Amino acid sequence: MRTLGLGLLAGVLAWISAGCGGDDGTIVTVYAAASLSEAFEDLAEEFEAANPGVDVKLSFAGSARLAAQISAGARADVFASADIANMARVVDAGRTSAPPVLFARNRLALVVPADNPGDVTELADLVDDELVVAVCAPEVPCGALAETVLDDAGVDIDADTEEASVRAVLTKVMLGEVDAGLVYASDVAVGSDKVLAVPLGPQIRFNDYPVATVSDREVATDFVDFVLGPDGFRILWIHGFDSP
Amino acid sequence: MTGRFTTKRPHRRPPIAILVMAIIAVAVLALPLVGLLQRTPWSSLGTTLGETATLEALRVSVVVSLLAAGVSVVLGLPLAWVLARLSFRGRALVRAVVLLPMVLPPVVGGIALFFALGRRGLVGRALHNWFGLDTLIGTTAGAVIAAAFVSMPFFVITAEAGLRQLDSRLESAASTLGAGRWTVLRRITLPLLAPSLAAGATLSWARALGEFGATITFAGNHPGRTRTLPLAIAQANEAGQPEAAIAMSVLLIGVSLLILIGLRHRWIAPRARQPEGSPETSPS
Repeated sequence: MRTLGLGLLAGVLAWISAGCGGDDGTIVTVYAAASLSEAFEDLAEEFEAANPGVDVKLSFAGSARLAAQISAGARADVFASADIANMARVVDAGRTSAPPVLFARNRLALVVPADNPGDVTELADLVDDELVVAVCAPEVPCGALAETVLDDAGVDIDADTEEASVRAVLTKVMLGEVDAGLVYASDVAVGSDKVLAVPLGPQIRFNDYPVATVSDREVATDFVDFVLGPDGFRILWIHGFDSP
Repeated sequence: MTGRFTTKRPHRRPPIAILVMAIIAVAVLALPLVGLLQRTPWSSLGTTLGETATLEALRVSVVVSLLAAGVSVVLGLPLAWVLARLSFRGRALVRAVVLLPMVLPPVVGGIALFFALGRRGLVGRALHNWFGLDTLIGTTAGAVIAAAFVSMPFFVITAEAGLRQLDSRLESAASTLGAGRWTVLRRITLPLLAPSLAAGATLSWARALGEFGATITFAGNHPGRTRTLPLAIAQANEAGQPEAAIAMSVLLIGVSLLILIGLRHRWIAPRARQPEGSPETSPS
């Protein structure tokens, strides 16, 4: 019994300490916009495969939150933002080690739960106060894009909730808790069979995604080059992003 | 009390090691606040706090936290009575479930509330179909439910402790003298319990005032309806407006400190009630 307890304790300690450095591999920490989640997971996997011994640690959140964290000194190697404004905050804070480069472009999408409970067929339907609508907060890139598109269309809505990241909007639509949400075109596939995209017609507005190194480590530059290279382009395209 | 660092028993020095550790503990807890205050733009504080958006968030915070504390008292008092006075199988389990929100990450509470009260949730679906209740996202009611979920345990645990400490012989005496159940409750139990109830209500109010995770997850972020001060602070911080975030934080810290200072006698009550100079007895 006592041996068992000691063995268990040793196991737990080994498991705990496994996470505490000690790893001989190189770690590259990438802060990326929430909308990049699946694309960057694939990117990281291929980058790791192409660079044995390198471990990519990904941190996803709304670009505004990531920009705030990096500006406050978070130890990231690479930052990929969903718009230029939030990248500019990090550049202004003097936290980038090389000028940002555009690597992808994303358009707005209107999604509804698969059974479309609010019977939404076009953007203008969102003015109905009875509809429960989720958007991104204005400081989050998808929120800024939504504002521009709604302004263009002359549609004035009072959204029920302003979320801190595009994926929080998507989740609420997938759960059926809201009747409609404004997300990115690249998010529609992530919602799979739980969401429907309502056609918005030709889109002239988009967000440009810039990426920049934060640390001056070589592996950070390697990762950015990989994102900008042919493999990065292919993976981003598969996940519904356009090229800038 | 003769000096700052004397214990109640005279002629005995406090061990240095304990003092050092205690000072480190205070530093760990107080340093972030000092850091915040040192960065506070005091000259422009008034202007920032006077902005419409800030006042709106303050109003939502006050309304939501007071309503949540009210819900906690109305529902929590009967629950505390049941837990303190009735013995039944599974009481320990009930108590554990009731206190769970105190240790649960609030965001878990928010997600769980979706599956209970959301449009397609366990109970929410029925409410939606039968009473036409629509979503609670973006409504003050939703924010109150989220805040009550995390703050009610604080009331229940305080009220239950108060009920257990109550000298039940007083209640027995009253009923022996012919008082009915309600009279005993009204004239004996509640007045004796009042300090505990006040402390529990204040504590749950303070917890509701600081609530963030469950609210933003379950009730969303809508200005004037669910955007409380904590939500507004997080948003300002992420939007690259640190001054606004700091100013609202100072406001929230000030209110919370006032609450805690007001409560201080409740937490050291047994000792404070002892007459000066009487020998200390260990609580039985």
